[in-house]
Amino acid sequence: MKAVLEEQQPVVNPFQAPRTAHNIRRRASNIVIIVLSFLATAFAVIVLLFLLLYVLRAGLPYINLDLFTKIPAPNGEPGGGLGPAIQGSLILVGLASLFGVPLGLFTGIYLSEFGRGAIAMGVRFLVDVLTGVPTIIFGLFAWIFIVVPQQTFSGLAGGVALGIIMIPIVARTTEEVLRLVPKELREASLALGATESRTILTVVIPAASSGIITGIVLAMARVAGETAPLLMTAFGNPFFNSDITQPMDALPLRIFNFAESPYQAQINQAYAGSLVLIVLILLTSFAIRWATGGFRRQGR
Amino acid sequence: MTIEVRHLNVWYGRSQALYDVNLTIESQGATAIIGPSGCGKSTFVRCLNRMHEEVVGGRVEGEVLIDGVNIYARSIQPIYVRRHIGMVFQRPNPLPTRSVFENVAIGLRLNGLARGGALKEIVERSLKQAALWGEVKDRLNEPASALSGGQQQRLCIARALAIEPKILLMDEPASALDPISTFEIEELIRELRKSYTVVIVTHNMQQAGRVAEKTVFFLQGRLIEEGETGRFFSHPEKKETEDYITGRFS
Repeated sequence: MKAVLEEQQPVVNPFQAPRTAHNIRRRASNIVIIVLSFLATAFAVIVLLFLLLYVLRAGLPYINLDLFTKIPAPNGEPGGGLGPAIQGSLILVGLASLFGVPLGLFTGIYLSEFGRGAIAMGVRFLVDVLTGVPTIIFGLFAWIFIVVPQQTFSGLAGGVALGIIMIPIVARTTEEVLRLVPKELREASLALGATESRTILTVVIPAASSGIITGIVLAMARVAGETAPLLMTAFGNPFFNSDITQPMDALPLRIFNFAESPYQAQINQAYAGSLVLIVLILLTSFAIRWATGGFRRQGR
Repeated sequence: MTIEVRHLNVWYGRSQALYDVNLTIESQGATAIIGPSGCGKSTFVRCLNRMHEEVVGGRVEGEVLIDGVNIYARSIQPIYVRRHIGMVFQRPNPLPTRSVFENVAIGLRLNGLARGGALKEIVERSLKQAALWGEVKDRLNEPASALSGGQQQRLCIARALAIEPKILLMDEPASALDPISTFEIEELIRELRKSYTVVIVTHNMQQAGRVAEKTVFFLQGRLIEEGETGRFFSHPEKKETEDYITGRFS
C-alpha cells in the first residue's frame, strides 16, 4: 500500500495512467486480445481468398459454352461438358427445398410459438442432433426407404435426402429469428382480436422474413454442395435427365468423379465445375434476396 | 359499458400479482389507475381484455363482468373479448414495415370487418378521431416507422379505435413520449372519454388529475382506494394513499 502511494505522488496529471503492475497487465492483455482477433480474421480471410483464387485460376480457363450444354465426353476424349450435372443439381436442390423448406419452416414455427414443456424440449434436442448427423446417414435413409423399394437410384431419393438435411437448418434459424420478434408486435395483433395463427402469419413472420430467408438460403447452399448423400441416391448420370424417378447427375458428384480421374481434361472440368457450383450458389442467394426484398418494397 | 371486477386474483406462475380486487367502472368517462412500479396496475388492465393469459404462466381467478357478461366464462373466447375491448400499450407498437394506412386497417382486415371504400372511410375517420389525420393524410403510404414517437402512439390509438371497441384500455400510453406528445395524447383522452369507457394506467399523478374523472390506487397487488379524482387527491381517505400522493412513500 505504501509503495503504491509513493509511486503515485510524482504524478501531476490525474489522467496520466500510473505505471503500476496492474495497469501494465491490463493494457498488455487488451493489446493481445485485439492482435489475436485481427490475426485470426486475417488467417480465415486468407484461406478463403486462396481457395477462391485457386478454384478461379484452375477452373476459369475451362469455362465455355460446351461446359453448360454438352454431356461429359467419354473417358480420355477432349471436349464435352457438365450439362447433366448442372441441370441435375438445380432439380435436386429445387426438389429438396420443395420438401425441406415447408417442413423446416413449420417445425421452427412450432418450436418458437407453440412448443412448450417436455415435448418441445424433445423436438428441439432432436433437431439439434439432426443438424450434427453426418449427411451420409440421410443418404442411407433415402437409400433404404426409396432406392431399395423402387429398385433404382433416383433424383427423388436424392432430393428427399437433401430435403431432410435442410429441415433442421431451416427449423433452427426460423425458431431463432421468430424469437427475436418483439413481444409488443404480437400483443398489438392479439389485442385487436386476431387469432394466434393470424398473428403469426400476418405480423410475426413478416417481421422476421429476412432472417427466415437467410436460413433458407443457407440451407440451400449447404445441400447444393453435398456429395455423400447423393452417392447412394441420385447416383449420377452421364446423360441429360429430368425424370426424377431415374438416376440423376449432380455437380458435386461429377466433381468428385472427375477430380480423381487420370485424365487431365476431366480434372480441369472438375475445377470448372467447382467454380460453376460456387457461382450458382452465390447467384441463387442473391436472386432470392433480391426477389423477396423487392416483393417487400412493393407489397406493403 | 360498465366493467365490474369481482374477487380478481392473478398469478404469474407461482407469484401472486393481484389480491382480491373488487372494482366497478361506470360506462363512459376515464378512470386512472395509479400506483408505484410493480403494484399490479398493468396486470390489472391486462386482465380486463384477457391479455394477461398470453403471458407464459399467467393465471386469473375471479370474474370480470362487462355489461353483466363474465368475460372469463367458459363459453367466451378471448379473441372476441379483445375484438371489443381495445388496448394501447406503453411503447408505441405500430407494425414498423407496414404503411400508416395498413397499420390502421389491420384490425379491420384481421377481423374481416371492412374492405375497399368502406375500409378507406373507416381508416380516415379513425385517424381523425386520433387527431392524426392532418399530419399523415399525405403520408399514408409511408412506413409507420417514419413517424415520430408521439405520432406512432396516436397511430396505435387510431388502430384500436378503427374496430370500434366499447372500452379502451391504455397502459401508460404517454410514458415513453416527450411533453408535447404527452399533452396531445392527454387532449385526445379527454375527447375519447366522452364516447368510450377509458381505463388508463399511469405512474404520473398529474396526468391522472388531468385526464380522469375517477382514480384508483393500487399498492402491492391490492386495491387501496378509489374515488372521484378531485376528492381523491385533495382528501385521500387511506394513509397509504396520502403517503403515495404526497411523495412520502418509499
